[in-house]
Amino acid sequence: MYVAVKGGEKAIDNAHAWLAEERRGSTDIAELSIAQIREQLSLAVNRVMAEGSLYDPDLAALAIKQARGDLIEAIFLIRAYRTTLPRFGYSNPVETGEMACDRRISATFKDAPGGQVLGPTFDYTHRLLDFKLAAEGEVPAAPEAQPRVEPTPHISEFLKGEDIIQDEPASDATPGDLTREPMEFPAGRPLRLQSLTRGDEGFVLGMAYSTQRGYARNHAFVGELRIGKVAVEMDIPELGFAIEIGEVELTECETVNQFKGSKTEPLQFTRGYGLVFGQSERKSIAMALVDRALRWEELGEDNLGAPAQDEEFVLSHADNIQATGFLEHIKLPHYVDFQSELELVRKLRREAEERITPREAAE
Amino acid sequence: MADYQNIANTARRDWMGLLARAPDDALIELWGKVGTPPSFDWLRSPEVGGVMVRGRTGGTGAPFNLGEMTVTRCSLVLKDGTVGHGYVQGRSKRKAEAAALIDALMQTDAAEEIRASVITPLSQQMQDARTARAAKAAATKVEFFTLVRGED
Repeated sequence: MYVAVKGGEKAIDNAHAWLAEERRGSTDIAELSIAQIREQLSLAVNRVMAEGSLYDPDLAALAIKQARGDLIEAIFLIRAYRTTLPRFGYSNPVETGEMACDRRISATFKDAPGGQVLGPTFDYTHRLLDFKLAAEGEVPAAPEAQPRVEPTPHISEFLKGEDIIQDEPASDATPGDLTREPMEFPAGRPLRLQSLTRGDEGFVLGMAYSTQRGYARNHAFVGELRIGKVAVEMDIPELGFAIEIGEVELTECETVNQFKGSKTEPLQFTRGYGLVFGQSERKSIAMALVDRALRWEELGEDNLGAPAQDEEFVLSHADNIQATGFLEHIKLPHYVDFQSELELVRKLRREAEERITPREAAE
Repeated sequence: MADYQNIANTARRDWMGLLARAPDDALIELWGKVGTPPSFDWLRSPEVGGVMVRGRTGGTGAPFNLGEMTVTRCSLVLKDGTVGHGYVQGRSKRKAEAAALIDALMQTDAAEEIRASVITPLSQQMQDARTARAAKAAATKVEFFTLVRGED
């Protein structure tokens, strides 16, 4: 049978007009500017940049405004925009050891060179609603102290000398790019990290939490967590040398995990790694835990059948835009599919009834 | 000759990096005060694109793709044949144009004037902003102390 596929245009136009009106809310209230969102909802902006996989605070703020604060919708808008951009090239790997740290803490070494720098953290707040924020008011300037000029070294550097922590030897291998080729399994660590850093924060957090609760347990300490800006450098063909093309704020987390050794590796500590755009601390720690869990094969650990050890499971379900696309499409018109199922169920029931009815008549 | 070229490249690297990282408003404002911009022809008019930023596993290991950032680039040539390139963070075509013109002028006799009126103040502004953040971070550094217990 044929089903009318036209006729919705007017309703759709009117729905979008109403959406615009609802987005604006009451006109008695001042409209939000992009700059206000960028400056005052910066952690939402950071999440949209990380999962949208595009570093541009103004665009992320615009997407949040357009999406009425629905961050997955905002991430969708950024991903869609991203596909329209010509790709100028790939940067050189960023040097996180050179980071200008706003925050840098270690849960493993109290007296690490460079110190424990708390930065603008929610930690140690009492999580009580602050009604002073409901009223407008001046914010007192944050105290200052003698600034550190030299870069803060990575904590793992100090353990390296003893050979008690697994090394991460540098390489110039060209990593796969899941925005260019579809993912294949086994994906390998570089592709896993690309997938996790743009993966849904809630999903990655849940997976990481599962490893802490005992599904592929690998007891992790936060060896180091640092947040700050790093310069991005790229080779420019027309110049013949590399220049800095900008700077990005990053959150880097390195976990230190117990490791009992294997046939090929001595007893030593191993590492999980998280690196995320913006100030994205929870996501970065979660990414490091999941990265470590996914390294079971490379480290000769047992496959415990835990979800967080299953590369295909984790990477295939981490992307909230793929997930929401497939999930939400089932609300769109499926009239023909459903009509055929309806016909089938009616027919089967009719046949079942016909089989039963003659038997009843014979009794 | 090779050394001379390296020194020139390092200097150019420095100002191009500064212009790329500069806040749009600050760069355009300083550039606006310089006076009438020289006439030029486009070699490549400003275009907005993306650059895939890479990181390294564990901070030091194998590279991986982290995510993209927006970049605007353009190239132009002054009437005297000097070529300037602009590669700047973000989507501002005005910023890219200003950066390319400054890059070109920095290779001419106007270099000292441009350095004094744009490069130096811009560098100072950005350094001040960086130092202010570092000073606030330093104030949040934990100073552990140990309580002395018992009689001596």
